[in-house]
Amino acid sequence: MPKEPLLEVNNIEVRYNEIPAIFDASFKIEAGQIVALVGSNGAGKTTILRTISGLLHNTKGEIKFLGSKIDGQLPHHIAALGISHVPEGRGLFGKLTVVENLLLGAYTRKSELEITETLEEVFQLFPILKERTSQKAETMSGGEQQMLAVARGLMPRPKLLMLDEPSLGLMPTMVDKVMDVIKIISKRGTTILLVEQAVRDALELADKAYVLQNGRTVLEGTGKELLNSGLVKKAYLGI
Amino acid sequence: MSELFIQVVIEGLLWGAIYALVAVGLSLIWGVMGILNLAHGDFLMLGMFGAYWLAILLGIDPLIGLLIVTPAMFILGLGIYKSLITRIVKAPRLTALLATFGLGIFLRNLAHFLWRADYRMLGDTLVGDRVITVSILGGTNFISVPKLLAAGGSLAATALLYWFIKRTKTGRALQATAMNRQSAALMGIDTERMYMLAYSLGIACVGVAGTLLTNFFIIFPEVGIMFVLFALVAVTIGGFGSIHGALIGGLIIGLIESVGGFVGIPALKQALVFAVFVIVVVLRPRGLFGWAD
Ligand SMILES: Nc1ncnc2c1ncn2[C@@H]1O[C@H](COP(=O)(O)OP(=O)(O)OP(=O)(O)O)[C@@H](O)[C@H]1O
Ligand SMILES: [Mg+2]
Repeated sequence: MPKEPLLEVNNIEVRYNEIPAIFDASFKIEAGQIVALVGSNGAGKTTILRTISGLLHNTKGEIKFLGSKIDGQLPHHIAALGISHVPEGRGLFGKLTVVENLLLGAYTRKSELEITETLEEVFQLFPILKERTSQKAETMSGGEQQMLAVARGLMPRPKLLMLDEPSLGLMPTMVDKVMDVIKIISKRGTTILLVEQAVRDALELADKAYVLQNGRTVLEGTGKELLNSGLVKKAYLGI
Repeated sequence: MSELFIQVVIEGLLWGAIYALVAVGLSLIWGVMGILNLAHGDFLMLGMFGAYWLAILLGIDPLIGLLIVTPAMFILGLGIYKSLITRIVKAPRLTALLATFGLGIFLRNLAHFLWRADYRMLGDTLVGDRVITVSILGGTNFISVPKLLAAGGSLAATALLYWFIKRTKTGRALQATAMNRQSAALMGIDTERMYMLAYSLGIACVGVAGTLLTNFFIIFPEVGIMFVLFALVAVTIGGFGSIHGALIGGLIIGLIESVGGFVGIPALKQALVFAVFVIVVVLRPRGLFGWAD
């Protein structure tokens, strides 16, 4: 029997006010993988992540996490199952401090001791946050806020971490830094769904990748395969 | 003159603390769910009647009644949230405004129907109408004990609420929900429950204020109207959504009303409060401490 995937998205359709944005998208994520979802602006990447988290609801198809159907459940239930979503635009709580934001990330966890442990781990990954624990999130620079958003996404110790364009607006060295962190997080055992504009970086990192076009998953393969595919080269890498 | 003036300031601060607690509840509800609870004063009226009837029918003094009325108002808040407010949270602002306005009218009419329009007053309370004498700056001033108790209790309730919001995990979740509901949901916070909690806490606040008021203030079905108007002004001055803003706004209103009545024509003291309201709205529409974006 083949191993059951951690997350399975089967032929979903998602609408905004009756108008479909996702027509037919399917993909699978095995535990331990980094899976990249790439596509041009407006392809529907964010819509898919928001549907997985329960902020939007699919009108067709189904979403399964650890073998059970999760579509139709409320966002806070889905979060409690171990899916952590670092949303587009970061969704930080601007008037709260860095550490308050991080603690909110750990909202679903009970043990103070374990939360403190994770906090230390996160500070190791992002030392800058440790120096800024009592700074208000909104007064941090864009790059610092992005790191805080990723760090907050790690606080629940998720089974699946979904990152929506974590490198958006970062300078190239910072993009590398974010990619490194993703690699480390993955090595420590967290499964990752990565949505990226930096298509090359994402594909180089990914075990598996899917291309989304106009609300449809049109191509899948390993990161390497897609890097070499004609479609990806032409449409996203400008080669 | 100075003795009299100090008396006026004391009076203003005492009333201000009570206005503040009413305003704090209003501000909390607005801050978390963006609903202007125009029925707020009428819940205060219900709290007053609750304490009044406990005293009259069961002989329970308002000081003990506080422990009954406050949780009862919290539960009433839950019920009203579940049956009405949750339906209007996503409705256009005007719909929500009309709904809470209508709820206020309904509660007032209900009170008229059940208890008639009579002015009532509790005699024979534990605190009675005691007055303490204090000397400030060489002069002699008088402080009404029931009023002092109401002000102190209001400040204590405000401080407790502030502590809860700023220092507890649930309070932090309330703040997160207020700032970004979707993002809060992604953290695993049941935001619907946070809305319910904010509304019920807001109503519990007027339960406290209402009960403490029955120790010295008249009780009648329309009593809440003036309070909700003052609370609205206090919240506008302090900034919608801010707890300490509502506190300071409430104190300012109390002082304006009292000092205004002293130096000007007493009949115009409430008009003065609203004049300040207009000035604040023109000069600083977000209020002194507003954090609503
Ligand atoms: N709230 C909304 N209401 C109506 N349509 C929407 C809404 N949000 C997104 N859409 C539409 O859905 C489609 C997919 O949008 P989505 O944000 O998922 O794209 P994306 O792949 O994340 O794009 P980007 O790379 O620019 O972030 C777009 O056509 C967009 O206009
Ligand atoms: Mg997007």
